[in-house]
Amino acid sequence: MTTVATRLSPQGTQRRRTQARRETLLFYLCISPWLIGFLAFTAGPMIASLVLSFTRWDMLSPPEWVGVKNYVHMFTADPDFWQSLKVTAVYTVFSVPLRLLTALFLAILLNEATRGVGIFRTAFYLPSIVASAAAAVLWSWILNPKFGPVNGALRLLGIKGPSWFSDPRYALWGLVIMSTWGVGGEMLIFLAGLKSIPQQLYEAAEIDGAGRWVRFTRVTLPMLSPTIFFNFVMSMIGSFQTFDSAYVISTARAGTIGGPMNSTLFYMLHLYRNAFGWQKMGYASALAWVLFMIILVLVLLTLRSSALWVYYEAERKE
Amino acid sequence: MADTVFPQARPVSAVRWWRGKRAGKIMHDVIVYTLLIVLSILFAFPFFWMLSSALKPEYQIFVWPPQWIPDPIMWSNFREALGNPLLPFHLFFRNTMIIEVAVLSGRLLSCTLVAYGFARLKAPGKEVLFTILLATLMLPAPVTMIPKFILFNKLGWVNTFLPLTVPAWFGEAYAIFLMRQFFMSIPRELEEAARIDGASTFQVIRYVIVPLSVPVLTVIAVLTFKDNWNDFMNPLIYLNDAKLYTLAVGLAFFNGQFDVQMNLLMAASVVVILPLVILFFIAQRAFVEGITLTGLKG
Repeated sequence: MTTVATRLSPQGTQRRRTQARRETLLFYLCISPWLIGFLAFTAGPMIASLVLSFTRWDMLSPPEWVGVKNYVHMFTADPDFWQSLKVTAVYTVFSVPLRLLTALFLAILLNEATRGVGIFRTAFYLPSIVASAAAAVLWSWILNPKFGPVNGALRLLGIKGPSWFSDPRYALWGLVIMSTWGVGGEMLIFLAGLKSIPQQLYEAAEIDGAGRWVRFTRVTLPMLSPTIFFNFVMSMIGSFQTFDSAYVISTARAGTIGGPMNSTLFYMLHLYRNAFGWQKMGYASALAWVLFMIILVLVLLTLRSSALWVYYEAERKE
Repeated sequence: MADTVFPQARPVSAVRWWRGKRAGKIMHDVIVYTLLIVLSILFAFPFFWMLSSALKPEYQIFVWPPQWIPDPIMWSNFREALGNPLLPFHLFFRNTMIIEVAVLSGRLLSCTLVAYGFARLKAPGKEVLFTILLATLMLPAPVTMIPKFILFNKLGWVNTFLPLTVPAWFGEAYAIFLMRQFFMSIPRELEEAARIDGASTFQVIRYVIVPLSVPVLTVIAVLTFKDNWNDFMNPLIYLNDAKLYTLAVGLAFFNGQFDVQMNLLMAASVVVILPLVILFFIAQRAFVEGITLTGLKG
């Protein structure tokens, strides 16, 4: 065998080369659906929207090149852009930490329990599978100023509940509360993170005399920091793209997109309105790219900061 | 081990230490379970309120203290809510299911093929392409939304299901990633045995890989079904004709009507939410695993 192989070696390499070529061909054949999809639905549109962002286009007449005018307009002459940025930022600053704390707290409770975990986990998780559009319909009834149970409960405490989604001062807070209802996904991820912390670490800490609080701050939090980091980044990306709930509630309860008085004018609502309400495709593309850049910068900043507070075991081992 | 050493170190206080620990354990359980019960009631309450409102006659909607258990129970609310000719919920349901079937089959088929390529085959450029695939996971949808709309509009696809279903036949990064990880854990020997028997690559995928990958395929099917069921923005953008609405858009449309009757609106909400809740109880493990896997990739 070996002698034959050595004698035929030129042809052997030849065959191996054909083999490799065939495998390469097969690989590209296999991944072609994704590759075509990536070019047609991701890369192509990304470049197209960047180009479009330098044009004015209503989809009826041909697009007109306007240079950076869209961007200049956005930053200097569109107060709704700043309002939508403000609404989105305020919402993110409050809802992301609130969501993460709630999710973490629920996960810790579930991790501490020994029996009946399945029932509680289901109760906490189930709201997160509800469509945000449907959740918005449901919550506008729960936060109904006159007949809703929340204001009813507040009345029992002698507090006059606000008009939530009809009051510009409270509409956004209604959405923050509502989003906290749907933290089931983050909770499950935290729970998996908690379960993967090696038990010996807690035992070792206990032997050293560490109480519950010290064990939490010195073992749980550092070991969980990659999970916190992941949830934080995903939550932030999601929060900046909030659309469904705000659209459903504002169009129904206040009658206008982002109402009342633009108090729930999320960035995505402003973008949607420009693109599909007013057919300003060029300007909306510019808005989309600015959003993309904001998210990118925030993610990169978080990533940069992660060296300070995220603990990766693999790094430690080096 | 450690537990046996510790009491020996302080023999005098050992019993008291143990007793204190036991009392602490009971206290701990009381606090944990009280919180769990209170919080789970709080989280489940909106569901209860929805169901209760859905079954009330209209006048009981507006009473305080609330009529917790409707009397009489108005099953007819469902018929009335779904029978409104302006809101053809049977069509919304049919439309949603058509889209679901087209998306699920397309996504499972295309992603299996792509994931197999990334998991098993060697080719120049593979690493770069895989990195690009992972990068698209983080890409916010709005940045591609407008050109996609323009493209589908040019193709004459607006106001059809095609913009919502066709892209699913071209793979999806997250599903591909999950499948690839799973395929890589399948022993190569199984595949080689099939190849010696003369199986082609596609036969290997069909008869070796797919039957062994039922768990990951279930996870992807369930999460795809959920995301698609809940999708609001895409159907909102692409479907203009009320006859083509999906359930989520139809419900929002109902909600936006002037002078909407709350009990009927809640009945419709139950109809929109219930199928997913049922699916969750059938495929609970797939849901939990799917979400957990999402987190572990980070």
